[in-house]
Amino acid sequence: MFAKSSLLAAGLAIGLSALMPSTAAEAHRRWLLPSSTVLAGEAEIVSVDAAASNALFVFEHRAMGLDDLTVTGPDGQAVTPDIIGSGAYRSVFDVPLKKQGTYRIALVNSGMMGSYELNGERHRWRGKRADLESGIPAGATNVRVSEMAGRTETFVTLGAPNDTALAATGQGLEMIPVTHPNDLVTGEAARMQFLADGAPAAGLELEFVAGGTRYRDDPGIRKLTTDAEGMVSLQVDEPGMYYLEASTSSDGGPAADEDGGMANEGAAPAKRMSYTAVLEFMPL
Amino acid sequence: MRKHLLMAVPAAAASAATPVYAGDMQVQLEIPRLRVAEYHKPYVAVWIENEAGKTVATLDAWYQTDAKGEDGRKWLPDLRTWWRRAGRAASMPANGISGPTQAPGRYSMQFKEGTRPLPNLTAGAYTLRVEAAREVGGREMVSIPFQWPPRKAMSGSAAGTKELGAVRLTIKP
Repeated sequence: MFAKSSLLAAGLAIGLSALMPSTAAEAHRRWLLPSSTVLAGEAEIVSVDAAASNALFVFEHRAMGLDDLTVTGPDGQAVTPDIIGSGAYRSVFDVPLKKQGTYRIALVNSGMMGSYELNGERHRWRGKRADLESGIPAGATNVRVSEMAGRTETFVTLGAPNDTALAATGQGLEMIPVTHPNDLVTGEAARMQFLADGAPAAGLELEFVAGGTRYRDDPGIRKLTTDAEGMVSLQVDEPGMYYLEASTSSDGGPAADEDGGMANEGAAPAKRMSYTAVLEFMPL
Repeated sequence: MRKHLLMAVPAAAASAATPVYAGDMQVQLEIPRLRVAEYHKPYVAVWIENEAGKTVATLDAWYQTDAKGEDGRKWLPDLRTWWRRAGRAASMPANGISGPTQAPGRYSMQFKEGTRPLPNLTAGAYTLRVEAAREVGGREMVSIPFQWPPRKAMSGSAAGTKELGAVRLTIKP
């Protein structure tokens, strides 16, 4: 009995993880590391490494793809990055800074994935939400879908900071800086608000880690939790690049009835949202 | 570019202070001579903060203005305290404020209240800050608190240990 329930639990866990996007199955940290966050002059270029790794900020696992790269300029307009390329362990791109103010550099992905059975065979499906109905054929049974939204980002400022690029998108998990993300210094608490699909993410658990993990014994993970308004306070004693990560999962309602029809179209599917950011704290 | 007086003071004459005009402020600072393999003249910012820590005036900003090809403003954020509190919101070059970097030596600057770059200051407590940052070198900041307006001639001093030598502020009604 004991053994059987353990096996059941294990099977369930595997089944669930198979449904989850790859980000859930792998614990590697995803980051965009800019060459500088505080810049000056008429125009500048910031160079960015994009990687998934365990150690911070060491490219030792795999390069991040750049298909979902979005750069928002100080006027809210998209900025075209100059993609250098991807190696085994990192991707590299340059961002031309031609306007004064703050740039938001982000890998943003969203979509749905799931599985269904058709004629006794199990199929996987992955696509955009709009394609859900057409992507899963009529007659499919045991349909399971979940939605995912991920954001990996960092911020850089040429000249004086501004807030235009920091505006909420209302999509997925995101950080709305109360303290400007390029105005962070040691010894001063920085306030950040987290939103999940535009609503305050209360009780959200965050991991906050200083870079340089390779050269210390302690992983140095600080666990933080947002308050009722989704607010959290970040304070550090040592200057440097810091990594911030959060994720949420919701079970949602059943996406399909027993016959495989999309009986519960109104019900929200399971949703997984993730957020990571790299923030630089300057010495005062 | 610079309208106020910036004078290189001969070492022997440094203690015999330059005359201070009425209502004026004099800042004397020393850029130390360093024995290093690669020396670049430091970027220097001189500014005044009020009691709330808000910058009320940048008095001087020395940066590389004669760069061949490179925009010397690129390295202004290395004066990181000044950059955060004043520099990033200012436009450089700033008429009557900014100027080129200077070789090691003693310098004296005169400022007259109400004349750019020193505005009329409301009565209160202030801090003079001098920050220096050197390419492939270090950064250092020294502070001298003072009350304004001065009832009589007053002076305060501070000394850096690496990138700045003696800094002296003299104010007079």
